[in-house]
Amino acid sequence: MEAINWHSFFFLLFGLAAGGFALAVVLSGNIVRMGFYLIMSLGAVAGLFFLAGAEFVGAMQLMIYVGGTMVLLVFGVMLTARGPFVSMKTPGGQWVLATIVGGSLLVMLLHTAVSVDDWRVKAVAEKAELSEEPPEVELSETTNPDRLGMALVGVRSDQPDPRQPAEEFGMSGYLLAFEIVSVHLLVVLIGAAYLARTKRVGSRD
Amino acid sequence: MAKFFIEYLDSLSIPILPEWIVHALVYLIVGLVQCGVLLAIVMVSVAVFTWMERKIAGRIQDRLGPTRTGGRFGWLQPLADGIKLWTKEDLVPKNADGLLFRVAPYIAFCASFTVFLALPFSDGWVAQNLNVAAFFVLAVAGLEIFGTILGGYGSGSKWSLFGAMREAAQVVSYEVPLGLCVLIPVMIAGSMNLVTIGNIQAGLFTNWLIFHDPCTFITFFVYGTCAVASVNRAPFDLAEAESELVAGFMTEYSGFRWSIFFMAEYGSMLAVSALATTLFLGGWNGPVPVTELLGWTEAAGAHPVLVQLGNLLGAANFLCKTYIGVTVMIWARWSLPRLRIDQVMTTCLKYCLPIAAAMLVGATLWLYAFPGGMILKQRLPDVSSQVPSDSCGTKTGDG
Repeated sequence: MEAINWHSFFFLLFGLAAGGFALAVVLSGNIVRMGFYLIMSLGAVAGLFFLAGAEFVGAMQLMIYVGGTMVLLVFGVMLTARGPFVSMKTPGGQWVLATIVGGSLLVMLLHTAVSVDDWRVKAVAEKAELSEEPPEVELSETTNPDRLGMALVGVRSDQPDPRQPAEEFGMSGYLLAFEIVSVHLLVVLIGAAYLARTKRVGSRD
Repeated sequence: MAKFFIEYLDSLSIPILPEWIVHALVYLIVGLVQCGVLLAIVMVSVAVFTWMERKIAGRIQDRLGPTRTGGRFGWLQPLADGIKLWTKEDLVPKNADGLLFRVAPYIAFCASFTVFLALPFSDGWVAQNLNVAAFFVLAVAGLEIFGTILGGYGSGSKWSLFGAMREAAQVVSYEVPLGLCVLIPVMIAGSMNLVTIGNIQAGLFTNWLIFHDPCTFITFFVYGTCAVASVNRAPFDLAEAESELVAGFMTEYSGFRWSIFFMAEYGSMLAVSALATTLFLGGWNGPVPVTELLGWTEAAGAHPVLVQLGNLLGAANFLCKTYIGVTVMIWARWSLPRLRIDQVMTTCLKYCLPIAAAMLVGATLWLYAFPGGMILKQRLPDVSSQVPSDSCGTKTGDG
């Protein structure tokens, strides 16, 4: 009881912060302020991850999205802006287009969320009736990221039993995806360095 | 800790308030006490550092430093400074973006102080014993730069903008070698949990990870360089650069908001120094394992009070080493001239980064060849349960 209490309180707090600041991003006109609101929104999402005990994902969220991407975004704005405080006015057509795209994504997400049986209030109540003891919720239950790391190098420790060769496809961890992403990032880096290099003045090409 | 109190209160079973209110209150109070203790440690340290900075600067420049406020050595100078800053007018320039200008110091402050939530001060003395503490510390410490960028941009002043741009370029670059340097102790320990990393260094000082092999020894100094650069201290303090940019990103700030920026800077100095202590210098383990010789450990079956006394000794050890690290930073500030921005970038990309990468490979090979480290261990660490974490550590480098 007591654990659930604070848990829901912080869940609501972080959820409201994430949603509220996300709205502020949409409604604000000043680019750097939008960046600031986006930082707060993404930070609140990281808070939700920490609340769920997924510290590794939470720290990743802070490092990659809040730390990395946002620094680059703010950096880009500061380098390209002509005036001191840039503000953008969104034309009506873009509002309509954005509403359609965003709205359809929202509908799809809501539909997915509702279609998961275990998440329905009724199903949760039934489960609670079946098991006499209420499910115990641990605050700050820490999970070890070891298994995730092993899966990324190709060892699925959560599925230790040797499978049939026919079923093995796709069960060998995330090594291939991990390598593809790494090579992709490397190509992007080299490409960026190539594009941004200093061109020699007066060279033949 | 909260669980302990709740079980205690439940065992008393005094009907004062409804059960859930009592439980919620206990959780709240325990949380607030933990935050308060951390904040107290850090704030007192910050006050001491401001005094130390002036005193050491004075001594290095062959003068006395503060002497008047509070006794012979000017002990109360930080208090006098605090009162002065508190009572100054809270100015916001006419051209500034009011919201960003006002909020920026608090962002820097929060980022630099959140780090201490995951830093262990002694064996098990940590507010949140995270499994990925090393990574969490790096991630949160990297957020301090937002305060600088937003403050510099929001001020609406050229000097501030220049300072913020320099800081952004510098910190983003130095985070890469810094991450690589942190990766090496993580790899040797086989865990990102800072308590585990501290515990495998128990025993004589030869067990400290800085003496694990030649690669970690070099890594420690690369980490030191990158840490000084990432907290924006001289000789890497281009974002403030008094002689060129007035005061850099802090030009338009005064009074209380300025002092919050300052506290954030000293707080993050303490944080990177504490991280270095945990990762390389044995954490709370002294050069000689006094508590183990006395038998004040849980393993030896000592009384809980003695175990906690041993932990207190460990915390003192830890703070001592951390303070020495900060002192070295202050010493460097008043001894070395400021680098140019291109020199800063050269140091990072042409020296720190390749050296850190080579040390990572070297430490891996060394670990493969001599699993025990450079000097024979007093007691081999029990890392059997943490072996798979290596792979996680490697992954963070790519992120």
